[in-house]
Amino acid sequence: MPQRRHLIASAIVVLLLALLPLAGSRYAIDLTTEVMIYALFALSLNVLIGFTGNISFGHAAYFAIGGYACAILLTTYGWPLALALPAAVVLAGLVAAVVGYFCVRLTQIYFAMLTLAFAMLVWGVAFKWKEVTGGDDGFTGIKMPEMISHHVGYFYFTLVMVAVGVAALWVICHSAFGLTLVAVRENSVRAGFIGVDTRHMRWAAFAVAGTFGGLAGALFGMYHRGMYIENAFWTESANVLIMVLLGGIYSFIGPIIGAAVLHLLQTFTNQYTPYWPTVLGLILLVIVMVLPDGLIGLARRVKARGGRP
Amino acid sequence: MTAMLSIGGLWKSFAGFVATRDVSFELLAGENHAIIGPNGAGKTTFFNLITGHLRPDKGSVSFEGRDLVGLPPQKIVRLGIARSFQRINIYPRLTVFENVQVALIAHEGQQWNLFRPGRSLHREGTQELLELVGLTPEALETAGELSYGKQKQLELAIALASQPRLLLLDEPTAGMSPQETGETIASVRDIVKARGLTLLFTEHDMSVVFGIAERISVLHHGEIIASGAPDAVRNDPEVKRVYLGEHAHG
Repeated sequence: MPQRRHLIASAIVVLLLALLPLAGSRYAIDLTTEVMIYALFALSLNVLIGFTGNISFGHAAYFAIGGYACAILLTTYGWPLALALPAAVVLAGLVAAVVGYFCVRLTQIYFAMLTLAFAMLVWGVAFKWKEVTGGDDGFTGIKMPEMISHHVGYFYFTLVMVAVGVAALWVICHSAFGLTLVAVRENSVRAGFIGVDTRHMRWAAFAVAGTFGGLAGALFGMYHRGMYIENAFWTESANVLIMVLLGGIYSFIGPIIGAAVLHLLQTFTNQYTPYWPTVLGLILLVIVMVLPDGLIGLARRVKARGGRP
Repeated sequence: MTAMLSIGGLWKSFAGFVATRDVSFELLAGENHAIIGPNGAGKTTFFNLITGHLRPDKGSVSFEGRDLVGLPPQKIVRLGIARSFQRINIYPRLTVFENVQVALIAHEGQQWNLFRPGRSLHREGTQELLELVGLTPEALETAGELSYGKQKQLELAIALASQPRLLLLDEPTAGMSPQETGETIASVRDIVKARGLTLLFTEHDMSVVFGIAERISVLHHGEIIASGAPDAVRNDPEVKRVYLGEHAHG
């Protein structure tokens, strides 16, 4: 049964990651923490893109809201992490629900442009509301609970949170809801004629994506001990979009692969040359021209070819 | 017997072109009724008006005493009217099995269940429907890769999954070979009979309908020009003129 196989494979991955601090350097631990956070971020976006067929160009908004909210609640208000983190995640989800309410009235490029517009609005708030967010100086000096202030502690914390987030998204994407979302993506007219309110489904997908994007953002802010307005900027939305496309939108784990490959490539490229945007452009070119289904699509094609006698 | 579906004074035009012109129509529960007419007569528009895909400019549509005008398709299907489409309308990247399964999930209102695995639901019901339309061997194939005729069969299974009392089929045999046409008509007739459904279907080929329809209405330039038993309609001078005229032109 495929389900059991997936479960075992996931358990092995989590176990291997859990062993990393025993063997790895600080550098490897930090890099893996970042990759895990981006993986969750990309997965959350793919609920909208791959599963529902709606391309959001403003997903950084919910990442930033989660990040800023968690940072502010911990630091300015002195909330404990056990309250601040869930509150930040819920807030990101609520804002996504409000924004989504308007966005799902539109489709395709108009939908994408509206998500971008709302994301720029969020960026604007982060920029202007200086006394709360720190404006363009960023919100720095996040007060971290003792237990996770060490980088190894934070690694384990991130591992648990991301594992829970990924598991929850897996369940949602493979649920009756998830299958219906795919039907909406494939043919929203037909989905209407089997009794599905397609606009409500897309709205729910938007809120789910925003909620988990918020969790990724909260983890990101605490990891960096600060949130900056760049985290809400449209380039961040584009970055996570490219991660999703690179990995492949038509599979659940595609975005995880895409996030890992893109983030590692960026990190290594930056060690040798300042021209990361050029490299990114080339990657995008390759995706669009030869990898329409991303790396997962490529792997499937190779496997299909190898399987033939 | 009272009408299951009654339509009064229905009008629809697109940028000045009148696609449906003052159509009044009654469909009795349990009958097999065909709407025929040449291509462009307004058959599909008529179906779109009934099922909520289009909103009429004027007129009334009521199903079992309920007014349908203004209701969206997803509400109308829940009242018991399901349809197939003239042009293939399936989920191409899903498997044949999932195409039907998702319709059953929606019918049961489970599309809001975020926890139950979708693929484990309604397996038996899906298998039954696939068997009914003869698609059991293709269950795990990607729907978009099926042959045209089989995609039409899949359309039928999806429509049946909504457990309608009234089934609307828009040119169920369009694009099929004569042999496929015969098989499809026979299978539709059997299914409708076994499930006690009321059937309303459109067809542009007159010869197809006589094998199945108990009553026929002829649509021409958006108007119903004749309605009645097959033999009466066949011998109607106006119908003869329209069809002969078509052949003379075509």
